[in-house]
Amino acid sequence: MQLDQIDRQIINSLQEGFPVTEQPYAEVAERLSLSESELIARLERLLADRVLTRFGPMFQAEKLGGAFTLVAMSVRDDDFERVADIVNSFPEVAHNYEREHHFNMWFVVATDNPKRINDVLTEIELDSGYSCYNMPKQDEYFVKLKLVV
Amino acid sequence: MQAIKHEDTAMLDETDRRLILATQEGLPLDPRPYAVIARNIGISAGEVMQRLQRMLNSGVIRRIAAVPNHYQLGYTANAMSVWNVPDESIEKLGKRIGALEFVSHCYRRPRHLPNWPYNLFAMVHATSRDEALEKVAEIARLLGDNDQGHDILFSRRILKKTGMRLTP
Repeated sequence: MQLDQIDRQIINSLQEGFPVTEQPYAEVAERLSLSESELIARLERLLADRVLTRFGPMFQAEKLGGAFTLVAMSVRDDDFERVADIVNSFPEVAHNYEREHHFNMWFVVATDNPKRINDVLTEIELDSGYSCYNMPKQDEYFVKLKLVV
Repeated sequence: MQAIKHEDTAMLDETDRRLILATQEGLPLDPRPYAVIARNIGISAGEVMQRLQRMLNSGVIRRIAAVPNHYQLGYTANAMSVWNVPDESIEKLGKRIGALEFVSHCYRRPRHLPNWPYNLFAMVHATSRDEALEKVAEIARLLGDNDQGHDILFSRRILKKTGMRLTP
């Protein structure tokens, strides 16, 4: 999809935040010298075309009582699809990526019951026959939520 | 959801939970989005705004914002760069790397010796593989002698992507 200057301004501005007021779109539109209806129409299109994956509150899972961890596995190439199917079958597995590395499978386990994390990893190890390298976040340095376009 | 006991966890009541469930898919594209949410969960618009503001203040909500799709915006080379840096300096170094404009996330994670010596993870977004490699080289220059080994893991394929959802 082609983005014009106004789309870019909207994307840049809305990554920074959005007001909690009665008519927040009108407020943002005024700042960008747009009408409220044009801002809403463009946002609808950016979301429909998947230029934006989401627009709304970004929750911090840990503060909701949830827990996350990143897990790495080193899986033989001829066994990869079987193990991917096992890992993906767990609803607690939120993302799973194949990466170009000896550790070639990387997935995130996210749950609103922190006690489940170890059970999920144990079950995956038993079902797959491979070790899970658990790499939970120990500290976080300045997570940026903005990509300038 | 389980009873909330973790000390880092903000106190959320049942109405907060309904508000989270009502907004985790996104904000209504309506001139009065908070009034729409209010109607859906049976409280006033004023209370919706008050509760959202409180969750923003306590950090339960990082911010209300748009999330761009890196791939759609041309950032097709997404590399996980991993670094072995001295534990005693990791906080100072992590903050410097996290502040670089091309690094979206920067985390400390445990090593698994001897197979995995890396303790610092920085996600790098670039429009090409060469550009990603250049940016990783920039991180290496910034780390200098503190770079005791690093590696780059390009993503080959997304096998699953659903995100975390609160269970209703």
